[in-house]
Amino acid sequence: MATVTVTIDNRQIEVEQGITILEAAKKIGLKIPTLCHMREINEIGSCRICIVEVQGARTLQAACVTPVYDGMVVRTNTETVRQSRKMLLELILSTHPAECLTCLRNTNCELQTLAKSFGIDEIRFKRVTGKMVKEDSIDRSSPSLVRDPRKCVLCGRCVAVCEKVQGVKAIGSVNRGFDTVVAPPFDLELGDTNCVNCGQCALVCPTGAITEKDDTAEVWAALSDPTKHVVVQTAPAVRVAIAEEFGMEPGTLGTGKMVAALRILGFDKVFDTDFAADLTIMEEGNELLQRLESKQNLPLITSCSPGWIKYVEHFYPELISNLSTCKSPQQMLGALIKTYYAEKENIDPKDIVSVSIMPCTAKKFESARDEMNASGYQDVDYVLTTREFARMCKAAGIDWDNLPEEEFDTPLGISTGAGVIFGTTGGVMEAALRTAYELVTKEELDSLEFTAVRGLEGVKEAEIEMNSVKLKVAVVHSLKNAKIVMDKVKEGTADYAFIEVMACPGGCIGGGGQPIPTDLNVRMKRVAGIYQADEQLPIRKSHENPAIQALYEEYLGEPLSEKSHQLLHTEYVERDLFTNAPAKKEEKTAI
Amino acid sequence: MAGTTCTCNCSVSNLTGEAKIEHLLELYKGNPSALIVVLSAIQTELGYLPKDWMVRVAEELNMPLTDVYGAATFYAAFSMQPKGKYTINLCVGTACYVKGAPEVQAAIEKELGIKPGETTEDRKFSFNLVHCIGACGIAPVMTINGDVCPKVTKDTVAEILSKYE
Ligand code: SF4
Ligand code: SF4
Ligand code: SF4
Ligand code: FES
Repeated sequence: MATVTVTIDNRQIEVEQGITILEAAKKIGLKIPTLCHMREINEIGSCRICIVEVQGARTLQAACVTPVYDGMVVRTNTETVRQSRKMLLELILSTHPAECLTCLRNTNCELQTLAKSFGIDEIRFKRVTGKMVKEDSIDRSSPSLVRDPRKCVLCGRCVAVCEKVQGVKAIGSVNRGFDTVVAPPFDLELGDTNCVNCGQCALVCPTGAITEKDDTAEVWAALSDPTKHVVVQTAPAVRVAIAEEFGMEPGTLGTGKMVAALRILGFDKVFDTDFAADLTIMEEGNELLQRLESKQNLPLITSCSPGWIKYVEHFYPELISNLSTCKSPQQMLGALIKTYYAEKENIDPKDIVSVSIMPCTAKKFESARDEMNASGYQDVDYVLTTREFARMCKAAGIDWDNLPEEEFDTPLGISTGAGVIFGTTGGVMEAALRTAYELVTKEELDSLEFTAVRGLEGVKEAEIEMNSVKLKVAVVHSLKNAKIVMDKVKEGTADYAFIEVMACPGGCIGGGGQPIPTDLNVRMKRVAGIYQADEQLPIRKSHENPAIQALYEEYLGEPLSEKSHQLLHTEYVERDLFTNAPAKKEEKTAI
Repeated sequence: MAGTTCTCNCSVSNLTGEAKIEHLLELYKGNPSALIVVLSAIQTELGYLPKDWMVRVAEELNMPLTDVYGAATFYAAFSMQPKGKYTINLCVGTACYVKGAPEVQAAIEKELGIKPGETTEDRKFSFNLVHCIGACGIAPVMTINGDVCPKVTKDTVAEILSKYE
């Protein structure tokens, strides 16, 4: 590895050739401020907050995009640098509405942090905005996200993520110069576009310009309505992230405290989406075996990630028949709460308010889909992200450190290690293999860990032998990676039997509703938390979950029964390539 | 406009209008780097970039609609608005402004029901504001397809416009 010697703020260091000043500075403990920069994803050097002095250069250089060279002399903290950065920030702030107190990103906003650390005590310029930004231009059309272009600093991070990580590009840069905005094309609002609601844009936005749609008010209202029986379920990935909102390390397992907090908030029953994850394995595992037998609609592709589902509906409608017909665990549990549970407890389903706590903004969209009312009512009434749940806890004065650890309610709170690993990329596959292997071979697995499908590599492959039949599987996360594999499936050059897709990088632990920041390092720690939870559980295979066995005995009969189909399976719609509308069927004008 | 020539040695130069656009879309199918060439051709052939055509471009070149729209709104040479048969340029330079251009502007907006930068639905008139055209002596002044209309007032607007069929 070739190295160069550079001097940064009078300190000489030897660093790898080709790295940027920003990276070199990190090595001597200097964090040069940035705004637009995202490593490997958005390296466009547009905001210039990171400017530094380079000896011999005529102008200040952007540290995030300027590579070091041998003998380079850099000063990151001169009066010129400080004043210039401050001026740049003041210019950004002069277009910005100072609404911190009423902003979802208050106290967790990069712009606010910069203003604080630069000691901004007044904004010398009168507020001006480009002609495309209007005071009433807040876009609330999406069921998942809210866009407030007034708060946008045009850093381009959301656009880069949407394009390079998700391969969607529902939003982009429109117009030029001072009138530039980041927006969907034409006069479309986000909810009218092919946006898949993954929320990765909200996760990387440094400000409150794209946020989750907040549904806490509706949930508070339900909780204070004495005529309602309010039930909640929590997704696997929430338990390894929620503690971060209270200052704990990413990946800290917060299951017991989370359950206690939900009871304090006033939920009548606290159920676990992991239960439904086990149920998904029973249904989907059998679906796989059935398709393998009939050799139809292979590869089978997982369907628990609603962002992924919408992506297929827009971009790969020809692969809809490959999708598992299984609803996502959230929707399976939603359907069961207002049928099985309601009947068992003798509660009228119309009095049940079903809430779910999800790492995901796309789940908000999913719960509102027309198909999701198997109980005769909307199966899941409200979906809150991990961030919204944390806000409710804070509003209720919940002192995380001193919470007791409590257990989920039975029976819909009983789950296995296979259920909990649904929260990470590779988890659905591993859970399915644990069960499929034992169902097919009638032998017990020696080792439950299918390590080939673990980890954060973009596309993972594995081959499993069951009764001397070799099964090739693939696991992908982030939609850009899914595209690579789907193109192969379309061309017929992939020989997979089963493919797991999760829309978000890292899977649900990296979902668009998770605590901010969610970066690679945080993702890895949450993944570790998930596998730790798996190891701690007494039962680690879905088919051994006693509550699932009872559910089949008492209610569903067997996997893929008529009742299962009615409650737990669904169908999908073909959508237009660029808009949310159903696909137009008429022939295109001939060329 | 530059960049609209075809490189496939066909007789595209003989093609005009939508036929030419269709030909280019066929030629550059799946090739996003041809975006500007295709958009330029549409602008030249149709006078503006209709929405449906932008969607077609995105589909045929296999690229996000956001990128097509982004380019369409970025370059000044592209217009999103169809051009009217007649283009009204009203001067709002200092001399015209003080002599009453704002009232004339209001009168035009009222008469045609459009704002500067827009075109009437029947595509008869496009309306723009321009800065000093060097005819301050006859302010306020406007031009319609190059015809100079001197000393316009809010009361003569309707009459002037009625002459254009
Ligand atoms: S985006 Fe940040 S700076 Fe802007 S109002 Fe919200 S918290 Fe304040
Ligand atoms: S939610 Fe996902 S698809 Fe939609 S704009 Fe954001 S990143 Fe793009
Ligand atoms: S919406 Fe957020 S991430 Fe996107 S450009 Fe604006 S400030 Fe940056
Ligand atoms: S962070 Fe370097 S230019 Fe924006």
